[in-house]
Amino acid sequence: MEKRQLVMIGNGMAGVRTIEEILKINPDAFQITIFGDEPHPNYNRIQLSTVLQGDTKVDDIIMNSWEWYRENNIELFAGEAIVKIDSASKVVLSNKGREVRYDELIIATGSSSFILPVPGADKKGVTGFRDIKDCDDMIETARLYKKAAVIGGGLLGLEAARGLLNLGMEVEVIHLMPHLMERQLDAAASKMLKRELESQGMKFLMEKQSAEILGEERVTGLRFTDGTEIQTDLVVMAVGIRPNTGLAKESGIYVNRGIVVDDFMHTSVPHVYAVGECAEHREIVYGLVAPLYEQGKVLAASLCGSEAKPYEGSIVGTGLKVSGVDLFSAGEIDEDNETKAITVHNEFDGVYKKIVIRDNRVAGIVLYGDTKDSSRLFRMLLKKEDVSGMTSVSILESGCCGGGASESNAAAMDDEEIVCGCNGVTKGTIVEAIRTKELTTVDEVGGCTNAGRSCGRCKSLISDILAHTLGDKYDTAAKKDALCGCTGYSRDEVVAEIKEKGLTSVREVMNVLGWKQEEGCSKCRPALNYYLGMILQEQYIDDRDSRLVNEKMHANIQKDGKYSVVPRMYGGVTTAEDLKKIAEVAEKYNVPLVKLTGGQRIGLFGVNKEDLPAMWEDLGMPSGYAYGKTLRTVKTCVGAKHCRFGTQDSMGLGIELEKKFERLDTPHKVKMGVSACPRNCAEAGIKDFGIVGIDGGWEIYVGGNGGTDLRAGDLLQTVKTKEEVIKLIGAFMQYYRETAHYLERTSKWIERVGLDHVKEVLADESTRKALNERLDKTLERYIEPWNEAIEKKEVQNKYYQKQKGTEAPVLV
Amino acid sequence: MARYYLTDYDLLPERTGQVFGVKGEEVALFRLSTGALAAVENRSPHPKGGTLGEGLVSGHYVYCPVYDWKISLLDGKVQSPDEGQAKIFQVERDGEQVFIVK
Ligand code: SRM
Ligand SMILES: Cc1cc2nc3c(=O)[nH]c(=O)nc-3n(C[C@H](O)[C@H](O)[C@H](O)COP(=O)(O)OP(=O)(O)OC[C@H]3O[C@@H](n4cnc5c(N)ncnc54)[C@H](O)[C@@H]3O)c2cc1C
Ligand code: SF4
Ligand code: FES
Repeated sequence: MEKRQLVMIGNGMAGVRTIEEILKINPDAFQITIFGDEPHPNYNRIQLSTVLQGDTKVDDIIMNSWEWYRENNIELFAGEAIVKIDSASKVVLSNKGREVRYDELIIATGSSSFILPVPGADKKGVTGFRDIKDCDDMIETARLYKKAAVIGGGLLGLEAARGLLNLGMEVEVIHLMPHLMERQLDAAASKMLKRELESQGMKFLMEKQSAEILGEERVTGLRFTDGTEIQTDLVVMAVGIRPNTGLAKESGIYVNRGIVVDDFMHTSVPHVYAVGECAEHREIVYGLVAPLYEQGKVLAASLCGSEAKPYEGSIVGTGLKVSGVDLFSAGEIDEDNETKAITVHNEFDGVYKKIVIRDNRVAGIVLYGDTKDSSRLFRMLLKKEDVSGMTSVSILESGCCGGGASESNAAAMDDEEIVCGCNGVTKGTIVEAIRTKELTTVDEVGGCTNAGRSCGRCKSLISDILAHTLGDKYDTAAKKDALCGCTGYSRDEVVAEIKEKGLTSVREVMNVLGWKQEEGCSKCRPALNYYLGMILQEQYIDDRDSRLVNEKMHANIQKDGKYSVVPRMYGGVTTAEDLKKIAEVAEKYNVPLVKLTGGQRIGLFGVNKEDLPAMWEDLGMPSGYAYGKTLRTVKTCVGAKHCRFGTQDSMGLGIELEKKFERLDTPHKVKMGVSACPRNCAEAGIKDFGIVGIDGGWEIYVGGNGGTDLRAGDLLQTVKTKEEVIKLIGAFMQYYRETAHYLERTSKWIERVGLDHVKEVLADESTRKALNERLDKTLERYIEPWNEAIEKKEVQNKYYQKQKGTEAPVLV
Repeated sequence: MARYYLTDYDLLPERTGQVFGVKGEEVALFRLSTGALAAVENRSPHPKGGTLGEGLVSGHYVYCPVYDWKISLLDGKVQSPDEGQAKIFQVERDGEQVFIVK
């Protein structure tokens, strides 16, 4: 039988959730086609605020990848809008002239930013805050301009303003009313919010109405109805949203404020449904995802013919996604003659709570500064629980000062209580998933239940539920440093077992120590390979296929499966001849990017895997190991040979160090810098090993890091000769190799074991000597890897070829 | 659906993917430690893409080399907490000769 054709207009959050619900009920019911005006797959619009605030990248907010559409046989026309619905012949028409027939049609067109109809609103630099494009525009504007004005002091406006502050702009928020977020907050809470945001650097112009946007082609300022003006380079309109109903209206579907639907999301026209922000249900148009997802569920059930409960409307709760601000609001926020309120106002701690009670039931909640009670109170509100027997203290369980254990809050929740409002996930569902699927992290819970995957507000509660459900196991799971999920052994236990039992290969370790996943994983295999190589200095046979991909390939893999090639340039010193070779290779292999790296050498980026061996051969230079957990670069300054301040031969020492330590496997990458005077032009202060020449000697700094967690190196010792430098670094390096965890930089390691401890160990001359001997034995083991690939056909075949299969089918 | 010859079984290294271009698509072929063969499209289902051929192989799983997703080579399913599915091809072996069906 031919499948029924389901067409959906709009590829946004509510629509695609409806499709997901349909697929859950009956994946084979429909042949699905989706038209989406935006050129992206379905993404998490809510997270645009975090994208703007710089915490997330656009790529990370994709909820359903292109792949997902393909896997579910959904035809997606992205970047294509529907311009006409012909409900008589059941056909939709797109702006690219495509006609698609439907049996059932869902309209999920969402809404658009409402742009105030003031003169100048069409100038460059005026934007809404609704989609990826708006976000990109704002980020781009922030790079070029300084001043921003956000019109609208509601949820969206404040999140936009916070984002623009993060982008380095000066931000003024213009609000028509005397209070911010007046639809969600009462005057007291709103005042506290304003004070907090002012302390974050936001400026406010209250009770101002915009009259005109000034400027020629591009906005330069704003004029208000009271005649005052401000200067600005960007105007963000966040005054509200407009349901996208034009298409429906023109096609004869009944539209009021939104597309009017009944309790099963049916519009006035048969076989046409509406869901999401474009729909109006019982005179309400919703603007938050939780109710939209409920609508989606109802519509999916009704389309699949399974028993559908009617949708009866929702009460929504709101938070604000601005760091440093903790607020929650739901229901009625202002009192009248029939209501009673419990209010707690602790100005000292910045906590405000108000519960509005009508007919002995919670009718409204405003929490500021401490929102731990929000889900419990919200539940009471939804359930219309009678609170007449309760004291105000027990209603406001966590008290007035933000006290009260959160974990016990998680414990006290009923199973059917909602934890994640956005996705309607109950505590019971989460606990069940934790138990049956052995989950231990918030992310895993999200993966299995969807909880926490929209606005993220519920994540701390999910973590409390994990702690409560797993009890001691949560603690131990978090505390004990097992190597990875394949084993219960910690790093130290594994190293001890290898030594004690004389284990010699990765496979043997996993076998003897009873690995759960027999062949290990991407965490333990590289680590075991390192530990074995560290312990068995001379005879260890490297397990190349257990290395991380970059080390296996001796080149850095890039996002598109291409590679980079960075040859050695010892101490950052090169020759005209080498530069010519690099230039010729870059030309011959059409290398798309030639760049000076941050490590004083030249990188060739965007190289095809199968070109690697030939390029290495043409270069005839050793690998710079820009990809390895090993010595990377030794940066040097020009030093005493030329510089008038130089006290030592920094280039000479740098080159010597790089030649000695190159290729050595280390727990994490190791970088060095050698400067010839304390001006420190080689930035030795932020290297794993930094050497600074002084008159008559060298200072040795250790544990510096210029990466994720910036750390200045500690002075280990001052010595007289470069031989002493090399010996001391050798001993230090070997001690680090023998005691650090795999993937622990020297900066983290030194903080864990303590500088004084290391100094003590290295104070003993015989210890230093023994360490250096073990190091030198290890160093003898290495061969040049690029050369090996050039010489050995089997290495080329195994790692670097891309083969052509036969293009013609073979019939047998 | 048709069969395409890829290579001889003997030439396949254990636990290191080999990439073939077949009919405009890249296929990564793996010889597992059990001797069994598996083929998957050389494209990670991660929203940012990436290849699979170079991934670390453990049992019948491959770890995507770019974002470290764990993917089953039996059905292409991405293991939790991540989600997705890689495209799997049927592999056939005729004596020494290895084919895929697509
Ligand atoms: C090429 C280079 C950037 C450039 O264009 O200049 C680079 C490129 C990469 N860096 Fe870097 N880093 C480069 C200098 C640096 C520096 C500066 C320096 O060395 O003076 C730092 C900060 C200094 C430091 O490490 O203390 C740096 C800190 C990082 C970090 C953070 C390390 C940390 O401990 O916090 C990572 C991530 C990691 O290693 O896990 C990283 C990781 C990476 C990787 C390997 C990411 C990856 O795994 O794919 C990048 C590979 C890109 C590619 O396509 O090949 N890169 N990286 C630089 C190569 C230098 C070289 O010649 O070898
Ligand atoms: C910055 C920001 C922060 C937010 N924060 C929160 C929050 O914290 N919590 C919360 O619950 N909600 C939040 N929201 C609201 C939430 O994102 C929306 O409620 C939700 O996205 C609405 O879903 P929808 O499917 O109805 O519409 P949308 O997600 O807007 O999807 C509609 C899609 O239809 C497309 N379309 C329109 N017309 C056509 C046509 N003719 N043809 C083809 N395609 C068309 C549009 O391009 C759009 O992609 C936020 C919104 C924004 C913008
Ligand atoms: S800083 Fe380094 S790791 Fe980050 S994008 Fe640049 S090169 Fe890549
Ligand atoms: S409440 Fe928004 S993601 Fe859970």
